[in-house]
Amino acid sequence: MANTMQFDLVSPERSLASLEATAVQIPGADGDMTAMPDHAPTITTLRPGLLKVEAPAGASEYLVTGGFAQINGDSMSVLAEKAIPVAEVTRAHLDDLIAEARASHEAAKDGDDQTIVDEAAKLLADMEALGTHMSL
Amino acid sequence: MPSLKDLKNRIESVKSTRKITKAMQMVAAAKLRRAQESAEASRPYAERFNAVMAGLAASVGGSDSAPKLLRGTGSEDVHLLVVMTAERGLCGGFNANIAKLARAKAEELKAAGKTVKVLTVGKKGRDALKRDFADLFVGHIDLSEVKRIGYANAQDIAKDILSRFDGAEFDVATIFYSKFVNVVTQIPTAQQIIPASFEDDAAGDDSGAIFDYEPSEEAILADLLPKGVATAIFSALLENGASEQGARMSAMDNATRNAGEMIDKLTIQFNRSRQAVITNELIEIISGAEAL
Repeated sequence: MANTMQFDLVSPERSLASLEATAVQIPGADGDMTAMPDHAPTITTLRPGLLKVEAPAGASEYLVTGGFAQINGDSMSVLAEKAIPVAEVTRAHLDDLIAEARASHEAAKDGDDQTIVDEAAKLLADMEALGTHMSL
Repeated sequence: MPSLKDLKNRIESVKSTRKITKAMQMVAAAKLRRAQESAEASRPYAERFNAVMAGLAASVGGSDSAPKLLRGTGSEDVHLLVVMTAERGLCGGFNANIAKLARAKAEELKAAGKTVKVLTVGKKGRDALKRDFADLFVGHIDLSEVKRIGYANAQDIAKDILSRFDGAEFDVATIFYSKFVNVVTQIPTAQQIIPASFEDDAAGDDSGAIFDYEPSEEAILADLLPKGVATAIFSALLENGASEQGARMSAMDNATRNAGEMIDKLTIQFNRSRQAVITNELIEIISGAEAL
């Protein structure tokens, strides 16, 4: 069994990471998941959240919003609409995300579909928790 | 025959024109490098994105439940032409070529009895098409304040187009832009973005792996298709940016060379006239002396 897999993180504007990783935790649309080498081939969409990469060279974290991940077993690509290394994340980025989550929550509140309301509320809570996590 | 003073003034003015075109050429060269870099940086994303979408579209595309963005609305009577050009002129045939392609397409569609709507991105395209198609304009997106094209710009344009699509304003959308090949070659291109079409050859590189989809294939496709529109527009904007600078660079290079030639020609003319004036004066002095 291979110990590492090729991991690529690309956003439309640039390629952020391309390295050998031992495990990658991604915020999948249906919940967080961790992909390790020889994971079953999977394609999943992402919700806004933290992406954690564990590599022999050291761990790193990125804030990603929107996009999808393609897991191939021996390689993995994450295509995020926006991806920022956690070290570069500022309060302003987070405020934007929270504002967005709040707006979609507000918009959903008036609707009848309870699942959408729940999802929006969850997103909002996630975003606020993220801020605490990063102690911003 | 212009006087010596006139000639001198003209030489001075051509010289300062040459200085300006030379400077513009150098600025364009620097900007071109930046534009090319960002176009290259965006390529991995677009390639992977299209590969995954091609795979998804191939497996879901046939069914009736496929999203409208992929399947189309069922008719193709109303066409939206998104004409993407530069905000500035002085870049050779760049804007004119894109406008020409769009105009030909619009005429062709009109002749076939379709309804045509035009959305312009960039001032120059709007100006070029205003005379013939002013009544077809449905909107304009101004990028003149944007220093550096970002993905957010593409998202805004995509949002505009998608909201029009949701409002059933059109059936088929095509973007017009210029593909960057090299400094002297830019190819005006028309690309259909709605309904989306993906090249089949891109699907081949997944080596037949069968993927699990989370959530379902359809849900992923529905989520990604709007992003596909933004991605296509973003690539087009960047290609356009590089093409514009490339076209401007070669146009300004030509202008600088022409100015140089003109200066040489005017200088020769100036020297000849000066010589003639001197000869004339001498003749007058000599014939005056002889008359005494």
